[in-house]
Amino acid sequence: MNWEGIFGGLSPASFFNFSFLGKYGGYILQALGYTLLLAVVSVLLAILPALLLAIMRLSKNKLVKTISGAYIAIFRSTPLLVQLSIIYFGLFGAVRIPNTWQLFGFIPLSRFIPGVVALALNSSAYVAEIFRGGILAVDIGQTEAARSLGLPAWPAMKLVVLPQAIKNVLPALANEIITMVKESSICSTLGMAELMFAAKTVAGSTYITLAPYTVVAVIYFCINYPASKGIEAIERRMRRGDRK
Amino acid sequence: METGNELIRVENVTREYNNGQVKALNGCNFVVHQGEVVAIIGASGSGKSTLLRCLNMLETPTSGHIYFHGVDLADPKVDLNLHRRKMGMVFQHFNLFPHKTVMQNITLAPVFLKLKTKEEAQARAEQLLKRIGLADKANEYPNMLSGGQKKRIAIVRALAMEPEVMLFDEPTSALDPEMVGEVLDLMRDLAKAGMTMAVVTHEMGFAREVANRVIFMADGAPLEEGTPDQIFNHPQSTRLQDFLAKVL
Repeated sequence: MNWEGIFGGLSPASFFNFSFLGKYGGYILQALGYTLLLAVVSVLLAILPALLLAIMRLSKNKLVKTISGAYIAIFRSTPLLVQLSIIYFGLFGAVRIPNTWQLFGFIPLSRFIPGVVALALNSSAYVAEIFRGGILAVDIGQTEAARSLGLPAWPAMKLVVLPQAIKNVLPALANEIITMVKESSICSTLGMAELMFAAKTVAGSTYITLAPYTVVAVIYFCINYPASKGIEAIERRMRRGDRK
Repeated sequence: METGNELIRVENVTREYNNGQVKALNGCNFVVHQGEVVAIIGASGSGKSTLLRCLNMLETPTSGHIYFHGVDLADPKVDLNLHRRKMGMVFQHFNLFPHKTVMQNITLAPVFLKLKTKEEAQARAEQLLKRIGLADKANEYPNMLSGGQKKRIAIVRALAMEPEVMLFDEPTSALDPEMVGEVLDLMRDLAKAGMTMAVVTHEMGFAREVANRVIFMADGAPLEEGTPDQIFNHPQSTRLQDFLAKVL
């Protein structure tokens, strides 16, 4: 498609000057891959720590409860950008990952790993609260029934409460991935070539100042809106299943 | 029925909430002997359910002792899990595991705790299900069952642990009236088979007919205790007389 020919006449400041798509379309699609990978991998990595944090938060032991509470408070009350910078320059300033290690040939691990770690640590604080809500939503009678049969606390949690809680939290967990698709745009500040970074790069090298952002906005929307609608539909179906 | 040795002894058990502002149990003392069916009756809020839940420590007493086979369950050093295996409990609201089939509900604990192999547990479950006429429901999920069926499965789930005593918390109060009969029949069978039972109940007919001993609770403690004949036909205290006048 001749993007240059169709849109070349528009002003560089036009919302709709898509003349760069011919040359940079592939680059932007690659950046979309980067964004999705960041979001999905971070949330998946966040699940186990989040589960641990949630169970710690529900523990009767004051110290354990406080540690988990403090972690959640810190990560929820400071900006992600600040967390990302501290982790990138602090933690991964000390632990260097060679620049030559790449994922799929276009994702340098020296940037991807700190990004994913920061997003995952941040996400685990939010997912922990999701899990905590999910666990508390399971009737206390379930735990009592399991304990009355002689099951110790952890097996009762693992075999009886968690399977029911996980079902409750799956929609919220999927929503967290959507949040992360958006939040991961912050990684552009540290040079990770995801969607937002791609838009900035294209704008910088073509002097088309606005349309690259329009394009990535549309891409974000086309990913997130159908996904959230899909989750809502699944949620409705699950509720119907429960009522039976 | 002849009753054997002392199985459970409750001594001076109290249970307070909100730092002592609410006293749910106020110095309870009683004994359950082997092979005995003890019915616990009383008005709502008299503490009967709390007392029953203290017997297997689902509710932790604020003070006092609960001896099971002479071991004080209120002692924090005691491994409750070992003792709870021998105390089956049937809850007012079934508390079947909704994500497990009937068969899995029954075999989960005995298999996980390695008391039985999977095959043994399934064989035992089938035998118990056959006894209550629900063998065909083994692979159903609880939400497909009626209230009475759920309650009987909950009883079977507790029986599959081969308990020495069964604790029933208002076993018929969450049921539709037409389902009460089937549950009481099963409990009657259990009593005949010699199972030790402690039953918190509003079913005075059941207490009168099946129990060896009836305990009347008022204000968080047993007020009057005796055979069904003594309690129902010759009540001593005015509290019990008033209560019976209301419920009979």
